[in-house]
Amino acid sequence: MSPKARLIQGNRACAEGAIAAGVRFFAGYPITPSTEIAEIMSEELPKLSGKFIQMEDEIASMSCIIGASLTGKKVLTASSGPGISLKQEAIGYACMTETPCVIVNVQRLGPSTGGPTSSAQGDIMQARWGTHGDHPIIALCPSSVYECFTLTITAVNFAEKYRTPVYVMLDEIVGHMREKVVLPDADEIEVIDRKRPTCPPEEYKPYQIGESLIPAMADYGTGYKWHVTGLFHDETGFPSGNPQVIDAQFKRLMAKFKKYEDEILLWEETETKDAEILLVAYGSTARSALEAVNILRTEGIKAGLFRPITIWPFPEKVLKTLAGKVKKIIVPEMNYGQLFLEVERVCKDKTQVSGLFKVDSLPIAPDEITAKVREVL
Amino acid sequence: MRPELQKLFRMEKLPHIWCPGCGHGIITRAIGEAIAESDINLDKTVIVSGIGCSSRAPGYMNFDTLHTLHGRALAFATGVKLANPELNVFVITGDGDATAIGGNHFIHAARRNIDLNVILFNNNIYGMTGGQYSPLTPTGKMASTSPYGNPENNFDIPALAIAAGASYVARGTAFHDKLLIECIKEGIKNKGFSLIEAMSMCPTSYGRRNKMGNAADMLNDLKRIAVNINVAKKLPPEKLEGKFLIGKLHHKPYPEFTQEYDKLILKLQKGAE
Amino acid sequence: MSSLPLDINYKYCKACGICYDLCPKKAVSGDDQGKIVLRNPQLCVKCGICESHCPDYVIFLRR
Ligand SMILES: Cc1ncc(C[n+]2csc(CCOP(=O)(O)OP(=O)(O)O)c2C)c(N)n1
Ligand code: SF4
Ligand code: SF4
Ligand code: SF4
Ligand SMILES: [Mg+2]
Repeated sequence: MSPKARLIQGNRACAEGAIAAGVRFFAGYPITPSTEIAEIMSEELPKLSGKFIQMEDEIASMSCIIGASLTGKKVLTASSGPGISLKQEAIGYACMTETPCVIVNVQRLGPSTGGPTSSAQGDIMQARWGTHGDHPIIALCPSSVYECFTLTITAVNFAEKYRTPVYVMLDEIVGHMREKVVLPDADEIEVIDRKRPTCPPEEYKPYQIGESLIPAMADYGTGYKWHVTGLFHDETGFPSGNPQVIDAQFKRLMAKFKKYEDEILLWEETETKDAEILLVAYGSTARSALEAVNILRTEGIKAGLFRPITIWPFPEKVLKTLAGKVKKIIVPEMNYGQLFLEVERVCKDKTQVSGLFKVDSLPIAPDEITAKVREVL
Repeated sequence: MRPELQKLFRMEKLPHIWCPGCGHGIITRAIGEAIAESDINLDKTVIVSGIGCSSRAPGYMNFDTLHTLHGRALAFATGVKLANPELNVFVITGDGDATAIGGNHFIHAARRNIDLNVILFNNNIYGMTGGQYSPLTPTGKMASTSPYGNPENNFDIPALAIAAGASYVARGTAFHDKLLIECIKEGIKNKGFSLIEAMSMCPTSYGRRNKMGNAADMLNDLKRIAVNINVAKKLPPEKLEGKFLIGKLHHKPYPEFTQEYDKLILKLQKGAE
Repeated sequence: MSSLPLDINYKYCKACGICYDLCPKKAVSGDDQGKIVLRNPQLCVKCGICESHCPDYVIFLRR
């Protein structure tokens, strides 16, 4: 191994990525298979003058990081299944108030207590729609230990830049898997800080509908004396029931990610140029899908892989173009067809989409995918 | 309002949304008075609340203000205070907000002895949602969800807070506003978790249903039922039946959470040198 | 005007009756809608009870 090479777990890479991105506040509650992230943060943060707190539950953890974010800190929480369900109301609050924060979900088998140590990808739709009401959200999905590091940095940067909660959707396999990685040095990492107001406090509008669609955010305690509420609010942040105000603010909120789509939408394509069969897979399943592509290619079957890295918002334009060039699309997922719904919606006019779904606590193996490909061919 | 007090309020947001005679306005003013009489940096003061009529108070106060989720004010406030211990953090919460949906956060914030000044507006009812019984509705009282009288028991909030670890606990009322102001000021001085139960009144959703007369009658009830702890000490127990105590009920300072955490940071950094 | 003991912001008065029910001297009372009126300013002893118990910040006691 080179001197910088290390054999580490996905959960550790995620924690180290957060720290590299400038996260200095963590609140959480223990739950398998995410607990290592809390443990690492509890050890590392105080050394960096950061703060770790184990709250009384996940609702409190989510609420706590939002409070901390309002003081200007970069914040993180991590959890799984039941804990992510508990966080939902507060995640909606972060959406509504546009408070930067990152939520790591190391997915386990659900619903309910389900399978604490079993991998699953059953929270894809929860990440999109888990809290009530329409709202925009960003969710990123790593499929390697290295990517747990880099994507957590991206998540923190997105949260800060776009004033939004961001999910990092690991799954148990990615979170607990160990891989050799050489992580980049601090000077190779781009770190983005939120925009802060430069105007005098009297002129400050925390929800201003400006050109960027992303209003500046004042740290609590810096004299701006602003009001934050989960009620619909006007540009000044105070509650408003005026339909025009609600409409304008909501439209800004929903338009925000559209405007920056080019930066937010991330994906990876493998062997898609001449592909006739396209696999669409993410997280740990994308690893099996990649192996399946290799096997199929040796057999002369022109298979390719589209791996959405940003799963919400869904990179639909690029996928739609690809769909127009392939004969069939297969979506292997460790759930009963969640991202499948999205792929089908986007691609069904162009080509036939089928799913390979598995919920039995085991990962989807490459040969299961190759078998499915041969079946649909 | 006197000009010094006006500076602490967002005067342009008045009149407030509360009903005629709502005790919450009186208590909110008392908080303003206590802050005005305390030597704290107004730019470095944050007021956090949950959801309820009481939790609307911060919206009228001229600070960094955070109107959060039902029951979660203390969890948000814990994040604010731990992230930046320089800030003076107040929490305004209702009886339902703090002791029903937020009961768990309440005992844990007290247990940590984190430096928060919590003012619990107790009107013995869920005011905002139209008068359902709360954990502080006395047994037998009428509420929209206890049409035959409340069959449950109610909490003794100071006892709960003391048992959980609060280092300062006091009670005032909307009638005894001067005492309430003194209690809040002492709470501000206490480095640790301070809980001030402020007996409020809800003529709309509680008083009417329990035939308690008008707002002034309800204030006079508070006057009649409350006994100052210093007076109570000299009274025989039978004289205290049906009464509640007001004033400083508990003050026992001990190490505060965010200060202890900062000490840990210092120790780790010294160790690393 | 300036000799009156109280400044009253009638606009904010919600006619709850607290001020005049609590006034020990009956210096203030209610009008036909129940809103505050300073009927007998000469009786006012500037105790401040009305000011601090008005939930709507209507009254300002001149000190
Ligand atoms: C999760 C959730 N559950 C229920 C409600 C509805 N709700 C709003 S305020 C409230 C009760 C507030 O009572 P209290 O805290 O005593 O405040 P008050 O209105 O009496 O001042 C309830 C149940 C809510 N907003 N959120
Ligand atoms: S419902 Fe009760 S608590 Fe709410 S504003 Fe009216 S009087 Fe006050
Ligand atoms: S200051 Fe006292 S005496 Fe004067 S009007 Fe008010 S309550 Fe009455
Ligand atoms: S107490 Fe205030 S709101 Fe009530 S009647 Fe008097 S002035 Fe009006
Ligand atoms: Mg209440």
